[in-house]
Amino acid sequence: MSATIDQLVNREYQYGFSTDIESETLPPGLSEDTVRFISAKKQEPEWLLEWRLKAFRRWLTMTEPHWPNVTYEPIDYQSVSYYSEPKSTKPIGSLDEIDPKLLEMYSKLGISLNEQKRLSGVAVDAVFDSVSVGTTFREELAKEGIIFCSFGEAVREHPDLVKQYLGSVVPYSDNYFAALNSAVFSDGSFCYIPKGVRCPLELSTYFRINQSNTGQFERTLIVADEGSYVSYLEGCTAPKRDTNQLHAAVVEIIALDNATVKYSTVQNWYAGDENGLGGIYNFVTKRGKAMTNAKISWTQVETGSAITWKYPSVILQGDNSVGEFYSVAVASKMQQADTGTKMIHIGRNTKSNIVSKGISAMKGQNSYRGKVHILPKAEGARNYTQCDSMLVGNECGAHTFPYIEVQNNSAILEHEASTSKIGEDQIFYLKQRGLDAEQAVSMIVSGFCKEVFKELPMEFALEAQQLLGITLEGSVG
Amino acid sequence: MLEIRDLHAAVDGTPILKGITLTVNAGEVHAVMGPNGSGKSTLAQVLAGHPAYEITSGEILYKGENLVEMEAEERAQQGVFLAFQYPVEIPGVSNAYFLRAAYNAKLKAAGKEEVDPMEFLDLVEEKLKLVDMDPAMLHRSVNAGFSGGEKKRNEILQMAVLDPTLAILDETDSGLDIDALRIVAGGVNALKRPDNAAIVVTHYQRLLNYIVPDQVHVLAGGRIVKSGGKELALELEARGYDWLLEAVA
Repeated sequence: MSATIDQLVNREYQYGFSTDIESETLPPGLSEDTVRFISAKKQEPEWLLEWRLKAFRRWLTMTEPHWPNVTYEPIDYQSVSYYSEPKSTKPIGSLDEIDPKLLEMYSKLGISLNEQKRLSGVAVDAVFDSVSVGTTFREELAKEGIIFCSFGEAVREHPDLVKQYLGSVVPYSDNYFAALNSAVFSDGSFCYIPKGVRCPLELSTYFRINQSNTGQFERTLIVADEGSYVSYLEGCTAPKRDTNQLHAAVVEIIALDNATVKYSTVQNWYAGDENGLGGIYNFVTKRGKAMTNAKISWTQVETGSAITWKYPSVILQGDNSVGEFYSVAVASKMQQADTGTKMIHIGRNTKSNIVSKGISAMKGQNSYRGKVHILPKAEGARNYTQCDSMLVGNECGAHTFPYIEVQNNSAILEHEASTSKIGEDQIFYLKQRGLDAEQAVSMIVSGFCKEVFKELPMEFALEAQQLLGITLEGSVG
Repeated sequence: MLEIRDLHAAVDGTPILKGITLTVNAGEVHAVMGPNGSGKSTLAQVLAGHPAYEITSGEILYKGENLVEMEAEERAQQGVFLAFQYPVEIPGVSNAYFLRAAYNAKLKAAGKEEVDPMEFLDLVEEKLKLVDMDPAMLHRSVNAGFSGGEKKRNEILQMAVLDPTLAILDETDSGLDIDALRIVAGGVNALKRPDNAAIVVTHYQRLLNYIVPDQVHVLAGGRIVKSGGKELALELEARGYDWLLEAVA
C-alpha cells in the first residue's frame, strides 16, 4: 500500500519541459561589474545603481544563514549566471511582438497571454528567466489609474514611486538573500493601486526559469494606496534539470491606511528527483507593512523546490491592522521546506492569524518556523496560530519551531498544533467506497488543507487543485 | 452470487483463515458468528480486498468472476460493500461530498453519467430517513466527532446510497444501544431484495433478532465448524461457543 502512496506523491513533474529559445545569457560570475552590467542593461538611473552597489557591498560582508532546518552542499555563487533574456524580446510594447515560442510555452503552462481569451479575469505579467516578456490588460487597468507593469518599466516610467517604496519594507541589508537580490535583481512586477480603488481584476505574475545554470532574482513591489484593494497571484515553474538552480526573490507590500492586499502563491518550481538530484533552491523574502486599519493576507501553496526558505511576514505598523498567513507546504521526495511567517505587532489592537498545513511524504522534511512578536506599544494585540502536520509514510519528517515574544501584557495569543498520519486504513476505507487510491489520497489531503484552500481566489484554487490532484469540495459541502 | 472455495489467508505470514468454503445466493442473508479471534473480521476484510491480508490459496468467485484479482475499489464499484466495524474519520471532507464521490465512482464505473450536487441531495435525503439521520450530518466531516452509534448509522446510510449487491456488515451491532440497533437493522432489512445478499458478521445473537438470517455459520480457528438455520444462533446464545470448540478439538 505504501508503494501506492509513493507512486502518487512521486508523480512526474509536468512542467519539466524546457523551451528551446535563443537567449542572451551573462557568463557565470558575480562582481561589481555584474551589478553594473545588469543596471546598464536595464538603463537604470544612477540612484538605483548606487542602491544595488550598496547592497552588493553589504552582501559581501554577510554570511549565508544556516539556521534553517535544511541541508545542502555549499552554493558557489560564482558559478551562477545572473542574467538571461530571450533574444527576441523587443522593448515591451504590444503583446503581438512576443516570440510565438514563448506564447506557446505559456499556453502549455496554462497561462494565456492572449487578452481575447479572457476566461479567468486575471491580468498577467509573465517573467521569463530575468525579464518580463509581457503584461496583459494594462490599458484596462490604466483606466482606473492602476499601474501594473514590469519592474524595469516602473523604474523608467514611475521612478518616484519606486524610489519612495523600494526597500522600505525589506531593506537591502535585511538578510543574505535579500541583499543578493537587491544587488542583482533583474526584473519582476510592480503594482500601484490608487486611493480608494478596488482593483477589478486579479493581478498575477507568472515566473518561469528556463535557462539552465541561471538564477532568478526578481523583485515585486506592491503599493496599495489608502482605502484600496488588490488581490495578487503568483505562480512559478521551471524545467527539470540535474543541477540546482537558485531563486532568490523579494516581495514587498505596502498597504497604506484602510487598504487590503491579498497575496496568493502557488509555488511549483521543479523539486528535483527522488534521489535529490536537481531542483530549485527557493530562498525568498516576502514581507508587507500594514498601516492603520490595513490588512495584508498571505496565502501560499508550496509544492515545488528542492529547498524552500520562505517566511511571508507582516509588520503590523498601524493601529487595528491585520495580518494573515495561510499556508500549505508539501515536502515529498528529498524536498526540504523551512517555511512559516513572522507577525510583528507594533500598533494597538493589531490582529494576526496563522494557519499552517505541512504535508510530508517519502523522504521530505517539512518545518514550520513562525514568530509572533508583540512590541511594548501593541496594546490589545491578538494572535491565533494553528499549525498542523500530516505525514505520509514512515521516512518523512515534520518539525515545528514557534517563537513567541511578548512585551505587552494585554496581548492574547493562542497556539494550536497537531500531527496526523495518512493511514492505510483511511485509504482502504475510501477505496472500499469505490474511489481509487489517487482520489482517496486527494480527498484526505484536500480535507486536511481545506482551511487554506478556501482562502485562495477561485482561479488559483483550481490550479492548486490540479497541482495536488485534489478535487475540491462541491457546492454541497 | 458468492462462492468461497477452500480459502486460506494470512496476515504478516500468520495464517488466519484455514480453509473457508461458503456459498451465498442472491436473496439470502448469512450470519457469520464465532468467538473473538476466530477469523470473522478477517473474512470480511478479505472479501472487501484489504491489502494487509494475503490470500495463500483457494478462490473467491463473485458473480462468476475472480474477486481476488480485483482491487478494493473495483470490488466496491461492482457492488461489494463493507460496513466497517471501526469506521474511519476523514477530517475536513464533508459527508455529503464523500457520499457523492463514492456514488459517482460507481456510476462512472458502470459507464453512467455522474450526478451533480443538487441531484444527489434529493437522492440522499430519501436515504437519510431510512436511518433516521439528521440532514445536518451531511455537512459534518466524515465520521469526525461522530458518536459510536452515529458512525454505524453513517455506514448504513452509505450502504443505502450505494445500494450494494453484496453487503458485508462487520460487527455493525457492536457498541450500539438497543434503539440504534433497531434503526440500523431496520435500514438493512429495508434494503433487502431478491437480487442482493448480505453477510452479517456478529459476535452476539441479539442483532439476529432484527435481521433474520437464512443461514448461520460458526467460525472457529479460521474454519467454519458448524452451519445451520437461524435456530443455531439461538442455541449459541444459550450454550456459548465452548461446546462447538470442544467438539472440533
